[in-house]
Amino acid sequence: MSSTPETVPPETVMVADPDPLTLDPISRSALALFAGASGDHNPIHIDIDFARSAGFDDVFAHGMLSMAYLGRVLTGWLPQERIRSYGVRFAVVTPLGAKPTCSGTIVAIEDGLATLDLLVQLEDGTVTLSGTATVELAPEVEQGR
Amino acid sequence: MPLEPARAMAMVFGRGTFEVDRGRLRLFAAAIGERDPVYTDLTAARAQGHPDLPVPPTFFLTMENETHGLRFLADLDVDMGAVLHGEQHFAYRSMVHAGDQIDIQPRIADVYSKRANTLDFLVKETDFTRGDELVAQSKTVMVIVNRDGGAS
Repeated sequence: MSSTPETVPPETVMVADPDPLTLDPISRSALALFAGASGDHNPIHIDIDFARSAGFDDVFAHGMLSMAYLGRVLTGWLPQERIRSYGVRFAVVTPLGAKPTCSGTIVAIEDGLATLDLLVQLEDGTVTLSGTATVELAPEVEQGR
Repeated sequence: MPLEPARAMAMVFGRGTFEVDRGRLRLFAAAIGERDPVYTDLTAARAQGHPDLPVPPTFFLTMENETHGLRFLADLDVDMGAVLHGEQHFAYRSMVHAGDQIDIQPRIADVYSKRANTLDFLVKETDFTRGDELVAQSKTVMVIVNRDGGAS
């Protein structure tokens, strides 16, 4: 029944880009939950009165929430112990109701390590976060490349 | 109020200790929509070779939030409404699991201004150790927006 040719080398599968992840629209309750779970209690993310007093129209999402969502793209792709480094720049704040999509693209493979460019984008194309990760490939991939 | 660079660089942080517990990891997984059972179910975690529930990649900052938090910004007279998270980086040496006791040691690595002092940048670097073993390091860049144009 299986039509997968047995000649497909495993590394071809192993080095495919991770699957992108699209999240539900950011809600106030998601931010309240993340504030408690993450220990980031900055009122700018949960208290509209405070956000307005600071010059914002409304509360906005924690940058670390987007980074955690994006981290799920990595950990859903390979075992977490293979992640050597993971870093991001927060470009603009993520407003309430925004629907982020997280993605990663392999840009280099060297010495058994893959470098990925990472992105979180909103539906209108706004890039809220860009980053990089370095991951260890499985030993057979290193051999295969 | 603009950041005072000398005062910020002179900031000394005590070492904090965070005990990783399963309940907090499950709460964190729920908050980030993590559905992979390896992060919430002990049997699934052990089946993947973990001694207990693993700490996910960004949870290190949560540990630091609990031991140190953003109190240092208040100590520097920085208005929380003017603070943005500019960058966050992690380097990983070893997996951390529920049951581990992690020592957390932040330090201010750099302070600088841009755009005619309207933006102050504060760079904090943190070591995470388990006993004598360095398990992870983080670098946080905070941006402080001086809406008054920056007086410093």
